[in-house]
Amino acid sequence: MNRAILTAAFAALAFAGTAQAQEKVKLINVVELSGAGATAGTNWKNGIDLAVAEINARGGIMGRQIEIIHYDTQTNPGNTRAAVQRAIDEGTYAVLGPVFSGPIGASMQIAQRAEIAQIVGGEAAGLTRQGNQFLFRTSLSQAAAMPKIAAYLKDTVKANSVTVVWVNNDFGKGGRDAILPELQKAGIRVAADISTEQGQADFAADAIKIKNANADAVFVYLNEEESARLLRAAKQQGVDKPLIGETTLLGAKVIELAGDAANGVRGHVGLSIDAPIPAFQEFGKRFQERYNYVSDHNGLKGYMAVAMIKWGTEKQKKFDKKGLADTLRGATITPADEPGIMITTKIEQNGDLDRESFLAEVVGGKQVIKGTLPMINP
Amino acid sequence: MAEFLAYLIAGLATGAIYALAAIGFTLVWQTSQTINFAQGEFVMLPAILILAAVKLFGLPVWLAVIAGIAAFIALFGWGFKLVIVDPMIRHGVLPLAIATMALSIIMKEGAKDGFTAEAQRFPSLVPQETVSLLGISISLQHVAIIIVACLAIGALQWFVTQTKTGRQMQASAQNPNVALILGIPVAQMVMLTFLINAALAALASILISPIYLAKFSNGEVIGLFAFIAAIVGGFNQVRGALAGGLLVGVIDSLAAAYISTSYRLAVPLVLLVAIILVKPEGLFGRKEERGV
Repeated sequence: MNRAILTAAFAALAFAGTAQAQEKVKLINVVELSGAGATAGTNWKNGIDLAVAEINARGGIMGRQIEIIHYDTQTNPGNTRAAVQRAIDEGTYAVLGPVFSGPIGASMQIAQRAEIAQIVGGEAAGLTRQGNQFLFRTSLSQAAAMPKIAAYLKDTVKANSVTVVWVNNDFGKGGRDAILPELQKAGIRVAADISTEQGQADFAADAIKIKNANADAVFVYLNEEESARLLRAAKQQGVDKPLIGETTLLGAKVIELAGDAANGVRGHVGLSIDAPIPAFQEFGKRFQERYNYVSDHNGLKGYMAVAMIKWGTEKQKKFDKKGLADTLRGATITPADEPGIMITTKIEQNGDLDRESFLAEVVGGKQVIKGTLPMINP
Repeated sequence: MAEFLAYLIAGLATGAIYALAAIGFTLVWQTSQTINFAQGEFVMLPAILILAAVKLFGLPVWLAVIAGIAAFIALFGWGFKLVIVDPMIRHGVLPLAIATMALSIIMKEGAKDGFTAEAQRFPSLVPQETVSLLGISISLQHVAIIIVACLAIGALQWFVTQTKTGRQMQASAQNPNVALILGIPVAQMVMLTFLINAALAALASILISPIYLAKFSNGEVIGLFAFIAAIVGGFNQVRGALAGGLLVGVIDSLAAAYISTSYRLAVPLVLLVAIILVKPEGLFGRKEERGV
């Protein structure tokens, strides 16, 4: 008798466990929480956590709560590969992250082989040129952003010559390779082409090189912490030419780290909580309330990544991993369909995005939006 | 020429920091005949402790600087000697060297997990302005680093050579047994050496963190370059560490400017190999012999 009761109890427990597991959808975020990408990765993670908390509070995705797990890649491509494989083995519904282009390039084939959507924060143009049907961006590609930068340098800054400063990783090399032809097309001479290293601490020599190149403007394409160090070094060396950047250089974290040295920096930003989009500004307030600091573009990207998964799942009306990727490819998501996406976003067949973007300047330690640029192919 | 001078001054500023850290290698070597592989982290941590005091305990910056430095000297001057050096040195220099490697990892990971993995802005004592001299713009921060570091090292050199306590420190380092017979309080002198090392590391941390930003991983580069500087200058001489630090800093800056940023680390390493081959005791070091 006792044995029968015990067996029934175990069966009931097992059933309850299964039922509980079925109620949740597991998402694993593989991201840079330490190492050179810690700033970007932490913002991305916090954006994801905020989205998950809000979606769960509203009842989850199709009635299922999201269970989010974060794995730190330490900004190491090898660790990233291992973490993506682990995420897939542990049954993630989709892979979130990473943010840095190098680790994305090193790990994207794993999610592709498993036919699971991987939603990433990277901008390197080459990522979506490899025919991977399961990779999706949350930011504009360099191929979309750099023509806008070149036009800005020519028409607004009126620069005839530019010094290009870039970081020697996949992100930086991709940016350099994308901007140089655009500058040539715009008739802008490259006065100096300065390579720097990821994680570099001392930028004094680079700032002196920038000063001596004496170009009309300086295009800076580095990661967050290195951007801040370069801006500080440029100020210390008395660089007085316009410093122009693409999204990262004008990010909240760079402004915070660079302090006064960030004032006057201008450029193009793909996403910003200061953009004239009410949903962005409301997100910025909620993020600050929760984490007590200002979100940069990576916080917005992380938040949107979860919204993309929610929209794709509700659109296909099932939790089918491959179906999610199929649904996202070629889709246009509007805030009316999914409020978490915040701005009308078109997902190209190759995983690139098209949406409005912004021109901005740092004034008094704050990013100020100066104009809105339309979608490339509305 | 103006361009070269600008690179030279930037290199001297960085080199002054390497020199402060390199002196730590020489001090520990002289008293314990071992290498402190956590020396880079010794330069990283004071800035983190100061920021933690500001952010976690809400202290004003000036008080946080005092509290942070005091805590660091207590923990990594006094505590380092009592908890790590004294118990390990009885088993030989190799276990002690390995213990400092472990300490390096613990300090780095502790700063990352206990505070933050992200870089943090660190307040500067000097404005981020430039002065113009002989047609070149010179950063006030760089000038301040060079002056403060040279004053500190000069004061240390004066203390070690011109005061009674300093000479007792030297005697304790050169031959502790004879020093003990002569009535020198060797244990106190060794402790004083470790406290000075911690104080110099804290000074280096305050000077460099406004430029590098405070981050748990800062010690990796500083430790490596300071180690190279100590070998190049002479591991057993304070003035060697100074010369080595400045030389490595200038070479690093010129390599970044005229060769490539990618190879800037390689050039000081080439110098290191050359020094080991040509003058193994370092530029200013004295030859040492050991019985086995």
